Amino acid sequence: MTRVQTPHGESADTASLRGPKLSHGKLPRFTPLAVFAGSLVAVGALFALLGSFSVPLTVFLGVILHAVVLLVLTQVVEGRRAAIDRLATTAMYSAFGLALIPLVSLLWTAVQEGLERFDGYFLSYTMRGVFGGMDAGGAYHAIIGTVEITLFATLISVPIGLLTAVYLVEYGPSRLGRAITFFVDVMTGIPSIVAGLFAYALFALFLGPGVRMGVVGSVALAVLMIPVVVRASEEMLKLVPNELREAAYALGVPKWLTIVKVVLRTAAAGIVTGVMLSIARVIGETAPLLITVGVADSVNYNLFDGRMMTLPVYVFRQYSQGLAPNGVTTINYDRAWAAALTLIIIVMLLFAVARLVSRFFSPKTGRR
Amino acid sequence: MTTTGEPATSTTPPAKQRTRTPQRPGDIVFSFSAKAAGVLILIILAAVAAFLVAQAWPAIQTDSTELSERVHWLGQGRTLLGYVGPLVFGTVLAALIALLIATPVAIGVALFISHYAPRRLATSFGYVIDLLAAIPSVVYGLWGALWLMPKLFPAFQWLADNLGFIPLFAGPAGDPPRTILTAGIVLAVMILPIITAVSREVFLQTPTLHEEASLALGATRWEMIRMAVLPFARSGVISAAMLGLGRALGETMAVAMVLSPGLAYSIFLLQPGQQQNIAANIALKFPESSGLGVNVLIFTGLVLFLITLLVNMLARWIVSRRAEFSGAN
Repeated sequence: MTRVQTPHGESADTASLRGPKLSHGKLPRFTPLAVFAGSLVAVGALFALLGSFSVPLTVFLGVILHAVVLLVLTQVVEGRRAAIDRLATTAMYSAFGLALIPLVSLLWTAVQEGLERFDGYFLSYTMRGVFGGMDAGGAYHAIIGTVEITLFATLISVPIGLLTAVYLVEYGPSRLGRAITFFVDVMTGIPSIVAGLFAYALFALFLGPGVRMGVVGSVALAVLMIPVVVRASEEMLKLVPNELREAAYALGVPKWLTIVKVVLRTAAAGIVTGVMLSIARVIGETAPLLITVGVADSVNYNLFDGRMMTLPVYVFRQYSQGLAPNGVTTINYDRAWAAALTLIIIVMLLFAVARLVSRFFSPKTGRR
Repeated sequence: MTTTGEPATSTTPPAKQRTRTPQRPGDIVFSFSAKAAGVLILIILAAVAAFLVAQAWPAIQTDSTELSERVHWLGQGRTLLGYVGPLVFGTVLAALIALLIATPVAIGVALFISHYAPRRLATSFGYVIDLLAAIPSVVYGLWGALWLMPKLFPAFQWLADNLGFIPLFAGPAGDPPRTILTAGIVLAVMILPIITAVSREVFLQTPTLHEEASLALGATRWEMIRMAVLPFARSGVISAAMLGLGRALGETMAVAMVLSPGLAYSIFLLQPGQQQNIAANIALKFPESSGLGVNVLIFTGLVLFLITLLVNMLARWIVSRRAEFSGAN
C-alpha cells in the first residue's frame, strides 16, 4: 500500500548504512494477473505447436508456471518473505479452483447427459414392462415414491425436531438439555446406511423379516433429518430477541402462548428455511431407501404396503444395469442421468426457495 | 386465559410471589411435550444401538462353522470377525485417502473464502462450495463412475509405471480404475464442503486484534495467517477434519458404484477387487440376503455405527473443549 522508497537509492550509501537493505522495490499491482495470463498463453502456445492442445493440461501446467515465475520475480524484486506470501496466495486461489472442478464438471455432465431423456415422457411414464434396450420408460413412479416418502419423513421429524429445539432454547440450559445437544450433534454423524438398518430392524421386529415398505424408508430418513431440523430451528429460536419474550410476559401472556404466538411466529421464516434445507439434505439419500423400501417398476401410492421406487434408488438401479443388450445400448445410463438431473433440479429448487423464504419473510433485524 | 389474581401490590416479597405463579394447563402440556420430544431423541439414539445389537445377536451367537455354511457369501471357513476385519480395513483406508486429499484443499478453500477472496464475493463463494454438499451421493457415484474414471486412468497408469516400486502404487493399474484410490477421490470431493464450512467458521472467529497486530508488526498476509489465524484455529480444523472423516467412513453409494469389491487386507491402491467398505457392502448385499445373512450384515452395520460414533464424539469433544477457551478476544 504505502511504498517506502529511499529517494536516492544506492547513491546515498554511506558506510554506516551498508547492511541489510531496509526497503526494496515493489511489483505493480497487476503483476500476478499479467504473469498468470502470460503463462497460460505460453503453455497453450507450446502445446499448440506440439499439436496436442488440451485445456485441462494447459491450465494445470499454466498454474505451475505462473507460481514459479511469480516466485522468482517476487524473490528478485521484493524479497523472500514477499515471494512466499505470493506463493501462498497462488495456493489458496488454486485450492478454490480445484474445488470448483468437480462441481462444474458434475453439473455440466448431468445437464448435458440428462437433457437427452429429460422430457414430459420421462416424467410421466413408469418402467412397467420396459426391458432390454427398449427406447421407453420413465421415472414417474420414482418421483411419486420420493415425494411421498420424504413428505412422511418430514411429518415425523418436524414436530419432534421443533419441540426439541423449543425445549433447548426456551426451557433453559439443564443437564438434560446439554445431553440432548451433544447427542443431536452425534446423531448428525450417523451413517445413512445405519439409519436404514435401524428402521429395518425396528419394523422387522414387529412385522417379520424381509419387510419392505415406504414407511420404513420414511422412518430411516426421519432419523437422519431430526438432528438437522433441531440444529436449524435452535439457531433460529436463539435469534429471537429476548425483549419480545419479556414484553409478552409483561402483558401476562402464559409461557406456552408466548412461545407459540411470539417466538415461533418470529422465527417462522427461518424455521421453514431450515426444514426445507433438511428436506434437500435427505431427499437424495439412497442407501437407506435401497435396503428398506427396495425397488419397483410401477407406481405404488401406498406407503404402508409393498415396495416403492424412489429417484435416488432409480438412478442407482439404472446405473447398475449397465449397457443394455440390444436396442439403445446406453439407455440405462441415459435414464440414470435424466433421473439424476431431476434430483438435482429438485434439490436446487428447494435451496432456492429456502433462500427466498429466508430473505423475504424473515423479520427485519436491521443487521442486514 | 390470563387470570389476573391480585395485581402485584408489591407488599409480598418477589421471591414468594414467584412460587404462587399459577401453573396453567397449557404450560404444563407444552413444556411436557417439548421435554418429551427431547427425551425421544435420546431414546431414538439408544434404540438405534439396541435394535442393531438385537438383530446382530443371532450372527454373533451362531457357531462360526455353521455360520459359514448357512451364509453362502461369507466364504469357506470365514469367521464373523474374519469377515468384518477386512471390511473395517477397507472403510478406514478409503476414508483416510479421502481425508488426506480433502483436508489441505479444504483448508485452502476456507482460507481463500475467509481471508483472500474479495469481501463482496466471499459469501457467494461460500454458497458455491456449499452447493457441493447439496448434491446427492448417488449423483456423485454416477459422476465418479461415468465421468471421472476414464479421466483418471491415464494418471493411474502413469503412477503404476513410474512409481510402481512403492507398494501403494504397485501395478497393474486396473482399467476401468474401479479402485480404492478412485473411491477415495470421490469421497474427498464429498467431504470437502463440510471440512471447508467448519474451518471457515473457525478462521472467521480469529480475533481481529490478533490479525491486525501481526499486520502492524510488518507481517505479510501469509505470515499473519501462519502466526495468528492457524494457531488459533488448529483444534477447530482438526475437529472439522474428523467430522469429514466420520462422513467418509459412512458413505455408501459413491463407493458402491465406483469400487470393485474384494476382501483383502491390501494396500494396493491401483488394483481393483482388493478392498470394500462396510456401508457399500451392506447396500450391495442386503437386497439379496435373508435369514442369518441379514444378521451378519447388521453386525457389520453395528461395527460401522460404533466407529463413526467414536470419531464423531471425539470431534465434538474437541469442539466443545475449544469453546471454553475461544474467549480470546
